[in-house]
Amino acid sequence: MTAVDDRPEVEIGQARRRKEDHRLITGRTRWTDNIQLPGMLHLAMVRSPFAHATITSIDTSEAAAAPGVIAVFTGKDIADIQGVNITAWPLSANQKTPTHLPVPLERVSHAGEIVAIVAARSAALARDAAELVDVDYDELPAVLDLKEAATDAVLAHPDLGTNKSDVWTLDSAAAGTGGDVDEAIAKARETGVVIEREYRQQRLIPAFMEPRSTVVDPTGEQVVMWTATQVPHVLRFCIAATTGLPESKIRVIAPDVGGGFGGKLQSTPEEFATLAVARKLGRPCKYTETRSETMVSGHHGRDQWQRLTLCATKDGTVTGLKVDLLADLGAYAALVGGGVPVLGAWMFNAIYKFPAYRFTTSNYYTNKTWVDAYRGAGRPEATYAIERLMDELAAEVGVDAIAIREKNWIKHDEFPFTTVAGMTYDSGNYEAATERALELFGYDALRAEQAQRRASGDPVQLGIGVSTFTEMCGLAPSRILGALNYGAGGWENASIRMLSTGTVEVLTGASAHGQGHETAFSQIVADRLGVPFDSVEVLHGDTQISTKGMDTYGSRSLVVGGEALVRAADKVIEKARPIAAHLLEASADDVEFSAGTFTVRGTEKGISITDVALQTWTGHNLPDGVEPSLDADATFDPDNFSFPHGTHLCAMEVDTETGATRMRSYVCVDDIGTVINPLIVEGQVHGGLAQGIGQALFEGAEYDDQGTLTTGSLVDYTIPSAADLINFVTDRTTTPATYTSLGTKGVGEAGTIASTPAVVNAVVDAVRHLGVNDIVMPCTPERVWKAIQHAGSAANGGAQ
Amino acid sequence: MTALPGTEQLHDVTLTVNGVQRQITVPARRLLSDALRHDLQLTGTHVGCEHGVCGSCTVLVDGQPMRSCLMFAVSAQGHAITTVEGCGDSPERMGPVQRAFIECHGLQCGFCTPGFITTITAYLAENPAPTEEQAREAISGNLCRCTGYQNIVKAVMRAAELAAEAPTAASEVSA
Repeated sequence: MTAVDDRPEVEIGQARRRKEDHRLITGRTRWTDNIQLPGMLHLAMVRSPFAHATITSIDTSEAAAAPGVIAVFTGKDIADIQGVNITAWPLSANQKTPTHLPVPLERVSHAGEIVAIVAARSAALARDAAELVDVDYDELPAVLDLKEAATDAVLAHPDLGTNKSDVWTLDSAAAGTGGDVDEAIAKARETGVVIEREYRQQRLIPAFMEPRSTVVDPTGEQVVMWTATQVPHVLRFCIAATTGLPESKIRVIAPDVGGGFGGKLQSTPEEFATLAVARKLGRPCKYTETRSETMVSGHHGRDQWQRLTLCATKDGTVTGLKVDLLADLGAYAALVGGGVPVLGAWMFNAIYKFPAYRFTTSNYYTNKTWVDAYRGAGRPEATYAIERLMDELAAEVGVDAIAIREKNWIKHDEFPFTTVAGMTYDSGNYEAATERALELFGYDALRAEQAQRRASGDPVQLGIGVSTFTEMCGLAPSRILGALNYGAGGWENASIRMLSTGTVEVLTGASAHGQGHETAFSQIVADRLGVPFDSVEVLHGDTQISTKGMDTYGSRSLVVGGEALVRAADKVIEKARPIAAHLLEASADDVEFSAGTFTVRGTEKGISITDVALQTWTGHNLPDGVEPSLDADATFDPDNFSFPHGTHLCAMEVDTETGATRMRSYVCVDDIGTVINPLIVEGQVHGGLAQGIGQALFEGAEYDDQGTLTTGSLVDYTIPSAADLINFVTDRTTTPATYTSLGTKGVGEAGTIASTPAVVNAVVDAVRHLGVNDIVMPCTPERVWKAIQHAGSAANGGAQ
Repeated sequence: MTALPGTEQLHDVTLTVNGVQRQITVPARRLLSDALRHDLQLTGTHVGCEHGVCGSCTVLVDGQPMRSCLMFAVSAQGHAITTVEGCGDSPERMGPVQRAFIECHGLQCGFCTPGFITTITAYLAENPAPTEEQAREAISGNLCRCTGYQNIVKAVMRAAELAAEAPTAASEVSA
């Protein structure tokens, strides 16, 4: 491995190979499903086949007598300790929130809900016996369509009296951040341009590769839960808040976690049910789901109808935007739940400066799988809408798609800029990112080819899609979350332990599941403390080790957690300084710290921080009143969000005779501020692009009219394979965030947010001259073909 | 753990795993993936979908890539199985595909990775000098949700180079 001599002078910015990889790639992994404990039982869930039904009786006797079965539990059997899957984000005190029991007692509200649990000596025997549990249901009318839900004709939860969960509005006139949007629209109807569209954000499934798994060991003083989660700390809170177990009696461990993308940002019925059964039986229990259980029971993402009105002057200067969302929460308000569409409220205005804005989301329940955060959470939906609209505006006023954006975006010299939604963007340089992207893409040449193909009537047409996106990352300033009625803070915690022999333990509350925290965080600490990269050990994902944390989501780990690390490291240095001064027989004011060594100013006399750590550990020769510890802890609560941005350009070929699409090239130039590790950043961008392209072209969760998920396997739910994608051209500009010392802005969601509109804009652009102005996602060949056939008619969009 | 006595008929299976002869006693329905993970405690093989789509559980059976979730353990009788644990000489001496994955950042969460490692190992034994297009096609039967595949394609190309530099490492695996 890397010797000390190889250590670059500056770690930050180096394409360090990941620390995590060696064991992952040789099979020495620690997935939850790998865990075997003495006496451990295996669970299988009995799930409802109905979308909405009353449970009239459950006969568990045959299952209980089956070979290897230890016990069978219904919701009633664990009612006293099963807890509740709570939402952290009721939008207001008026929000209607159905109680989400992990195992419902009387009524199931979506297909796939757990109604009973079998505990047996092996997973196979548990599954065999689950088939023998006899559940009688009285089927109830189910509401499956979001627009029908809005009529309240059929209720997802009859006891709530309505399907409407809550309505939330951000109005620039009311907030004092802009004018009245209705006035702006009225004026544009007389003298300008009004673009009215309705876009569908289809329901998506996160489809992380590792199915969720939970092991609970109730045999110690603390109940220990290993689980495939993004949020061990949040989960511990949810368990303590609802099951009667004191927080101090719960230890949650997220070992190796195989992807999340928001899909493991949850407190799940399966986790709670496993906990309840383990406690009831007093024995370790494991539950590992099948892929189809993941698809039907793990939360879904997106699922909105977006009614949009963009108004502009005739030259294409935007004067206002009105957004009316219908958001499908599925059967329950999930952890972030109703807050997901709200996260988009500040992003519909994107990088543009216009004077009037109103955002409203109306959230509804349906009898479908619950909906929550999926990569981007609210921001991809917003970005899709505005970037599609900007292309529509460009077409309407006859201006190039880049030019229309340039006309409306915030100029580099206008930062910091407070938007019409009331958010202050601290930094950005849309000109630089766009200029670089155009150059890499060969924009003018592709436009020329497009013109040539149109002129010659080529059956294969070329389209160019633009997406100049921004996002708000680094979730989040706690005070803002509080003002939005979110139930937790947005800070992050880090601790640094200087070990006696010169190595360093770093504890972070951010819980990685593939991102490479161990590597990137080591680079930060190595630089700050001047110790070798390989001397730093990053520990995370265990509430007993990193006791405080807000976990990993919303591109927050590096932005918020990285800054906490810097502050903890600075505290370590300040604790070491008086000790170093004492050992160097100098005044602390005369001691400087640089590259891992304290030196007396103007002399050669010095001592390394690792030597100071050893001296501190012995405690033999410390200044009076100084504790024998260099360890430090810091919790960072950001003052603002961060605002990564970028310009993504996509060229798509569309066969107008078959509707088949082919991606020709994809260029993105992202500005994510300071880059700690370019290798990891590129990987995040590539993977993000793949997921955003998946939404644009391939993916969609579908239900039949009985409420059965018909895309419940990876055969039917088609995430992109290598054959579906191309090599992306990625580059960066660097405009650091201004409110953290590192200047990082976050990259986890950028690719997903930006790519969906870039791709759909390209597909639409390829056939716009045929009269098409929208294609409903995913833009399958069938939909593209239909959109062409029905161009100009009401069925435009290809969905019919 | 083997099946409970008296519940299902059990079968003795002898197979070679990563060069070592192993014996297991399993019910007829035990999947090879489960036998590897639970009976033999080789947890490097991952089960992502149990319906043969994702490819995470891919192992080599007599050098050929197979979905171990679509194969019964009893069908492995007498065959040589290579899992990701066997794709290098030892945990400290990784094979060319493994080294290429690290170098090219071909993995993020790492769950799908063992299936790619085995698939690519077999592929390069057949086609040691693929074009980039062929490399992409070679991996298109395995799903990854993290990487967007670009760095995996790169890793295939790099692994081919590494294997060419040290041909023994590649041949040992299929042996």
